[in-house]
Amino acid sequence: MCVLAHVLEDAGIATVVLASMRPVAERMNVPRVLYCEFPLGRPLGMPDNAQFQHGVLGAAFDLLNAPSGPVLVDYPEVVEAVETPLACALPPRYDPDIAPSIDEAQGLRAAYDRAVARRGATEVGRAVDADGVAAALGDLERVAAGEHWKEVYGPRLDTIAIAHDIRAYYQEAALELAGGPPPGARQAEAWFYEETEAGKTLAAARDALTEQEAPSGITFYMQPVGR
Amino acid sequence: MSSDQVMRDIMANLPVPEFESTPWASPPPLSEATVAIVTSAGLHRADQERFEGRGDTSYRMLDRGDRELILGHWSSNFDRAAYVSDHNVVYPIDRLEELAADGTIGAVAPRHVAFAGNQPDTVSEVRLDTGPAAAAELRADGVDVAILTPV
Repeated sequence: MCVLAHVLEDAGIATVVLASMRPVAERMNVPRVLYCEFPLGRPLGMPDNAQFQHGVLGAAFDLLNAPSGPVLVDYPEVVEAVETPLACALPPRYDPDIAPSIDEAQGLRAAYDRAVARRGATEVGRAVDADGVAAALGDLERVAAGEHWKEVYGPRLDTIAIAHDIRAYYQEAALELAGGPPPGARQAEAWFYEETEAGKTLAAARDALTEQEAPSGITFYMQPVGR
Repeated sequence: MSSDQVMRDIMANLPVPEFESTPWASPPPLSEATVAIVTSAGLHRADQERFEGRGDTSYRMLDRGDRELILGHWSSNFDRAAYVSDHNVVYPIDRLEELAADGTIGAVAPRHVAFAGNQPDTVSEVRLDTGPAAAAELRADGVDVAILTPV
């Protein structure tokens, strides 16, 4: 973002960066920076809160009045991430003959479909679509159980995209089931990794991949840092 | 330590491109300015090409009327759920429309820009090639001011 600020200003466009990494902005001689200490992924601070978002934009536009730069101002309100799991009930065990994660994913399908119908878009689809989530979990179960990843996937390991799709499927279903105002940052993530069978399967598969010395550039990005 | 703090600590020590000076564009008064959003969230329409996993230096032009775009940035290290709840928390296009309607800003740009933030450390191609190309497209649309929203 800070590089683009330089490029845009050079082209004659005045910029304000809503920076989330203050030390990076400090080092890059960026013309106008509003440092926003909000959870990463939320540069405007709070979803479904137009008043808060207008507050941030207003503070950003105020920086255009500065006669010269660089200008770096801290937005006075801080928003903290909430790392306790989202309260969202999981479907009861339905088919004891299939893996718990697959049973669970299938049980969430109706909620996922409602979420997509409501929003008109989905984040699922990098490697698999919603119809492929159960099979993708089945593959991860095999890896977690000790099968070598090359036996499961062949030469190309695409588990970053697969992990993304499974997590997105779960999070979209969970937001639909939980209802109400949007959860705090990282709450949906915490719910997925700490409460769901799929999250546990994904973590176990990543551990197995690490043991099998799969490329670390892939296993690292299968889960957020710290998990 | 929170996951966000871990990421902030990692990023604080990454090498960054050096810029010895600070360019400075002087915009018209805000009430006359055309405003665009430039985001590094990797947003794209379903009918546009996806962003590659790492080091994708391309960009997508988003039309003013586009909504419910796909969050194409590949990192798992930020809260992705908020965007699903409300795109404005990353891409405040509805807020800009409100500010244009009440006269605070002159106009909402006809097109906006999305890059993917997971770039190589040098960022040379964005700096020298795709960044200037995107800037030229915005200038051609009469854009005076850009709000930059990272994820």
